Amino acid sequence: METPGRVLKLDPIRSIKKAPVEEYFESGHRTCQGCLSSLPMRLMAKAAGPRTIVLGSTGCMYVANTTYMTTPWVVPWMHTQLGAAGSAAVGTAAGLKALMRKGKIKDEPINVIAFCGDGGGADMGLSAISAALTDIEYNLLIFLYDNESYANTDIQTSGQTPWGAVTTFSPPGKKHRIMQRRWKKNVPGMLAAGHPDTRYIASGTPAMPVDMMDKVRAALRAGGPTYIHVLDPCPKGWHYDPEHSVELGKLALETGIYPLYEIKDGVLEFTGITKQIATGRRRRKPVREYLEKQGRFAHFKNQDYAYFQKKVDEMWEQWIIPCVVAFSYGGPINITGSEPRVRNKNVERVNASWTGEPGHAHEQYEGVSDAPSEPWRDDNRLDEYPNALPSTGH
Amino acid sequence: MTVARPRGRQIEKLTTGTQAVAQAVKLADVDVTAAYPIRPYDGVMQAVAKLIADGELECEYIVAEGEHSQFEICKHASAVGSRVFVGSSGVGWMYAMESLAVTPSLRLPVVAMIGNRALDDPGAFGVEHNDAMVVRDLGWLLFWVEDAQECFDATLMAYRVGEDRRVSFPVGICVDGAFITHSQTLIEIPDQETVNEFLPPYDLGDRLLHPDNPITIAPQANEDWVMEIRKQTDEAARRVKGVIREAHDDFRRLFGRGGDNPFFEEYMTEDAEYVLLGMGSLGLPAKVMVRRLRGRGEKVGFIRLKWFRPFPDEELAESLGRFRAVGVIDRDYSYGSPQQGGVLFTDLRAALYDAERRPRLVDFIGGLGGRELTPEMMDEMAEITRRAARGEDVPTVSWIGVRE
Repeated sequence: METPGRVLKLDPIRSIKKAPVEEYFESGHRTCQGCLSSLPMRLMAKAAGPRTIVLGSTGCMYVANTTYMTTPWVVPWMHTQLGAAGSAAVGTAAGLKALMRKGKIKDEPINVIAFCGDGGGADMGLSAISAALTDIEYNLLIFLYDNESYANTDIQTSGQTPWGAVTTFSPPGKKHRIMQRRWKKNVPGMLAAGHPDTRYIASGTPAMPVDMMDKVRAALRAGGPTYIHVLDPCPKGWHYDPEHSVELGKLALETGIYPLYEIKDGVLEFTGITKQIATGRRRRKPVREYLEKQGRFAHFKNQDYAYFQKKVDEMWEQWIIPCVVAFSYGGPINITGSEPRVRNKNVERVNASWTGEPGHAHEQYEGVSDAPSEPWRDDNRLDEYPNALPSTGH
Repeated sequence: MTVARPRGRQIEKLTTGTQAVAQAVKLADVDVTAAYPIRPYDGVMQAVAKLIADGELECEYIVAEGEHSQFEICKHASAVGSRVFVGSSGVGWMYAMESLAVTPSLRLPVVAMIGNRALDDPGAFGVEHNDAMVVRDLGWLLFWVEDAQECFDATLMAYRVGEDRRVSFPVGICVDGAFITHSQTLIEIPDQETVNEFLPPYDLGDRLLHPDNPITIAPQANEDWVMEIRKQTDEAARRVKGVIREAHDDFRRLFGRGGDNPFFEEYMTEDAEYVLLGMGSLGLPAKVMVRRLRGRGEKVGFIRLKWFRPFPDEELAESLGRFRAVGVIDRDYSYGSPQQGGVLFTDLRAALYDAERRPRLVDFIGGLGGRELTPEMMDEMAEITRRAARGEDVPTVSWIGVRE
């Protein structure tokens, strides 16, 4: 990827020992124990360095971090509204550009990073992020930290909450065990597919810190509007012991639920564990290993695990780009205008929700045996396991 | 009224209200603007785009994907020290409401043109003042203009007052949709040197967001500090009137326009027994009415309020005490408000409560949804006000021009 002249020179970080020692996200915040959303803030600030302006949209990384009269931010920081990470980044970058061009401030590259949670970024702020990614004149990075719920307000369902997960908006009940019936939105894939002028889009996780910091630097080097999506296990929202945060982040990669990749100038490359899976050097673990470690899936029966596994398998086996671009060819198509051909031989459309009975796709798994190998998973005894519900906080 | 000779050279140009605002935006050397279409304000963004395309203005022009983004973009551009211009109308302005609410608390002097428009359903696109008035309690300064010339003047004034370090508030220039936004009149445009003398460069000082000045803006404050922050904002709001007076004096000295009173214009009120009072484009028919009735020997006058926020309560109380009755014309309405009247009427009554001499106040609801306010309707309003002045029994609130 060519580096335009108007960005800071930020070398890749090849190992954690070669990362800068300076911190730009310091002590002075009050996030939960084991919070894997404050870690990417720290890594992102470390990778970006001191010539950076950070904008934070409403979410737990605003409320828990910047309590009035205290701040962990060593670099300049400004709050923006819940749906405004994209527009805040554009406004800041445009303001700096105009002032530099008119000679009103010193002409120098300054990193502009706007972060948002999955609630603000994948839901109400999506249109502003999409607009920002088309404003190719401005150098900015939109950094979405995805803890799969509105974790700041009490763990409510967001557009990024996985299928079946318990939140305070999707509690398992006597009639409906599964209240979150939506599959997680593929936000980085959607943004990559729809914004061809965006030079850099990537997914990361703080469980892989070097990979994540490298991606932040690559995005800032790329110039223009860029986007990074980061999966952050959240002990409060996912309901697990805080010591397992990094382990869960890794399991999300090993089970193939969450792929690591970067798209540079429209060319996709898998990284880390996902690269090993994609190139056949590693087998995907069953998703059950990941789901079972979290209280928010404690109400799952075998049929639910089976459905979840099926959906993840579909992502890997049927999508044009495994786990990234959610399309498959329905048959031979004519791409070049010459010989009809199929580009991906693995592709075969077998989505049951099209061909099967009307109703929710999950219902076809009702036949899966649910032998009580784990008696505590019995629906009728759900009340005895209050830990199946995330804490409601305060 | 003394009229000063304008400093420098002025050129005359035939423009609409929106084009006049764009001319002022150019002379103010705005750095960043964000556009999103909605009638009737959008003419100004078309005019600004053309100025940029022609190389007359160097400015970042961002086409936003909604008003919420439009106003957030400008809020953040303002925080890094750039002079910004933005605007909207009616429900578009409402869509930006969240951003509108936080901008005054952040004390960022965003200047917006509000092309006043009814709040849509049932399908109303004409002028009504309720859209701008929704922000009257939030810290936005609101100026209502009368014609294209005042569109131009008010825009320069908005930057001068809003960006003053003692003030630092966003300013809304309220322009009646269609009647002013789309009507062409001849305006006088001063030269760049004189404008520069009136309008110093935008300087945020130590509140500038820049890596050389690593501050945290808008951290999360709750019950611990919000009262103190609100009080600071209130103190700034109390300083605005003084700053407006200074700016108004400079404006008259440099441009030779603006009248004696910075807050409202009085028309033929010297010996008036009763007056009508309103804002915006109704000035023209009201003045026609006053001249006509004066010809018949009626002692009537007209007062046009310019600054609605800050509300010139003391100044109005002092002036209105001379009259026996004041007929307030509201191009807005507040359902279920005291006396079931308009917003301007309600505010004015509150302003006069402590006055030593209180005229009788009656309210007229008219011109809603863009309906024309004709000199004939003005006659009707003047007649009711005249009867009120004589002590006759008239309704406190009358709807004018409604088909029964």
